[in-house]
Amino acid sequence: MQATQTTVDPSEIAKFEAMAAEWWDPNGKFKPLHMLNPCRLDYITSQIAAEFDRDLKELRPFEGLRILDIGCGGGLLCEPMARLGAKVIGADAAERNIPVAQVHAQQSGLEIDYRHTTAEAMAEAGEQFDVVLNMEVVEHVADPLTYLTACKNLLKPGGLHLCSTINRNPKSFAVAIVGAEYVMRWLPKGTHEWSKFITPEELFALLREAGLDPVDRKGFVFNPISWQWSLSDRDLSVNYVTASLRPDA
Amino acid sequence: MDNPASAAILTGMRDESDLLIVGGGLNGPALALAAAQAGLSSTVIDALPAETALANEFDGRSYALALASQRMLARLELWDELADHAQPMLEIKVTDGRAGEGAAFLGLHFDHAEIEEGPMGYMVEDRYLRRALWQSVDRCETIRHLPGCRVTAQEARPGGVTVTLEDGAQLHGRLLVGADGRQSGTAARAGIRRTGWRYGQTALVCAISHEKPHHGIAHQFFMPSGPLAILPLPGNRSSIVWSETDDAAQRINALSDADYLDVLRPRFGDFLGEISLAGDRFTYPLSLSLANSFIGDKLALVGDAAHGVHPIAGQGLNAGLRDVAALAHVLTHARQRGEDFAQPDVLARYQLWRRFDTATLAGATDIFNRLFSNDNPLLRAGRDLGMKAVQAVPALRRGFMREAAGLTGDLPELMRG
Repeated sequence: MQATQTTVDPSEIAKFEAMAAEWWDPNGKFKPLHMLNPCRLDYITSQIAAEFDRDLKELRPFEGLRILDIGCGGGLLCEPMARLGAKVIGADAAERNIPVAQVHAQQSGLEIDYRHTTAEAMAEAGEQFDVVLNMEVVEHVADPLTYLTACKNLLKPGGLHLCSTINRNPKSFAVAIVGAEYVMRWLPKGTHEWSKFITPEELFALLREAGLDPVDRKGFVFNPISWQWSLSDRDLSVNYVTASLRPDA
Repeated sequence: MDNPASAAILTGMRDESDLLIVGGGLNGPALALAAAQAGLSSTVIDALPAETALANEFDGRSYALALASQRMLARLELWDELADHAQPMLEIKVTDGRAGEGAAFLGLHFDHAEIEEGPMGYMVEDRYLRRALWQSVDRCETIRHLPGCRVTAQEARPGGVTVTLEDGAQLHGRLLVGADGRQSGTAARAGIRRTGWRYGQTALVCAISHEKPHHGIAHQFFMPSGPLAILPLPGNRSSIVWSETDDAAQRINALSDADYLDVLRPRFGDFLGEISLAGDRFTYPLSLSLANSFIGDKLALVGDAAHGVHPIAGQGLNAGLRDVAALAHVLTHARQRGEDFAQPDVLARYQLWRRFDTATLAGATDIFNRLFSNDNPLLRAGRDLGMKAVQAVPALRRGFMREAAGLTGDLPELMRG
């Protein structure tokens, strides 16, 4: 696939603005992502700060870092990274997401390079980044090893790869598919295929096979009393996130 | 760049500060200072003239700062300046009294020696607190203070808010904060309605000088007409907060200073010796006024603009500072994780945090007042029994003290020890 940079057609802008508003409505169609977002961002920002020795109290702590977000959607992760000073490229295989994300970034006064492309295509073009965000994507790809290898190639030596996904066990089936898709209707039915879910051990093995060094893993745990997500050191039973590094040289 | 979205960006570029804070009481400047620590710039729009902010004369007004509020002022680097003017409250004595009987019956006694955190709070005069806040604001490069300015219009738009002043000048910001009191114009312009009622009571407030030392003890007497609090100020002075029915309060307030003191004297007996007035007299009609929402589109309300509670326990300023600390906490964390801090789900975190606390406080204060402003012998027997129970059980007593010190619940970072 050719990496194409889409520009916004002025005649379509109203439509894209409406779609952007939908993406960014915390109580709308993407409510589950909005609920998870602060927790994901806490993990992402603290991992990047630790790896690249940045102080999050600074106004633009990620200045000078080049960050790629794969499966960027409406830009829910790209915009925070850009706000923190990073040079951000958002890639999405779904073409319709690109102008939507572009319109919203403009409204937010942020400069973000959104592209309709894939990790594999970008790796082939020789692009490299300090950080690759690979959040809630790996459970949707056909060949995880090929995909993760492309992610590794997209990193500069010493670069940081953050990858979140869903565990495979009876609980994750109950929570992520029955609960989120059928009971709460948070996600459209068929969003996830349980057999494609990956256990943390399997993911660590795949990351190693792809040439990355796994260095950390945490659970994203939903508390139905406070109705909030939080990070857990021990509970990786449903949603979890990993950090891995591309070894130097 | 001739599409609507780019117009929005251009407007965004003219933004002059992160926060536009309407209201120059104590919460407005406190929020501006807390925001500055988080790297956010502010403009404080104050209807009052600049002289009011820095007035040096003691006008009789003072505040009972809970320990949590004192910690916050220390974190805002104001306490060094205030400490010399602050009177620690070492003990609180609660008495169920009857007019004329004075302090005969001591029902309940809280001594700070029983909790490890220190004094339950501090009494500070309004003039020192106000001056410390504004001087610090004026020293801060990222805060603009606009005294003597009234807001006539406000508008939320993608990316920010615009406020129009009386003279037609427009200010731009990313988040608008209403810190403009229980008749908040900011809330009204945003279409936020209020729930509330009058109590038919008015608080009479004054400062007195007295012959004998107060030993840092605060007294609260529960009279049939309403509560009376004697709160220790530095030196041989105390602040008096006293409530009466609206009619009685009006009559008393119309009296000469000498006659006013004659009415006051028998209400708490002679344990402080001879007394005289040490500042102006004030009256505040007591009412409850809760905003139906604490947030709006790129808008947050703090202090009385969100919740004007019955000032029976002196919790108005403390609750306001707790709003400020919670809002600063939420905004700081949002900014540090790269979120747009004015987006609806960020503001919802502030509302969720503060509405629960506030509803609890407003309800408890209301019930407390209805229970104690009563001469029904059955109720009186019941509350005497209740006070004795609290008095008899140290754990309960410590719980009450920690509550009074503002140390219970989920504390914002600025209030942690």
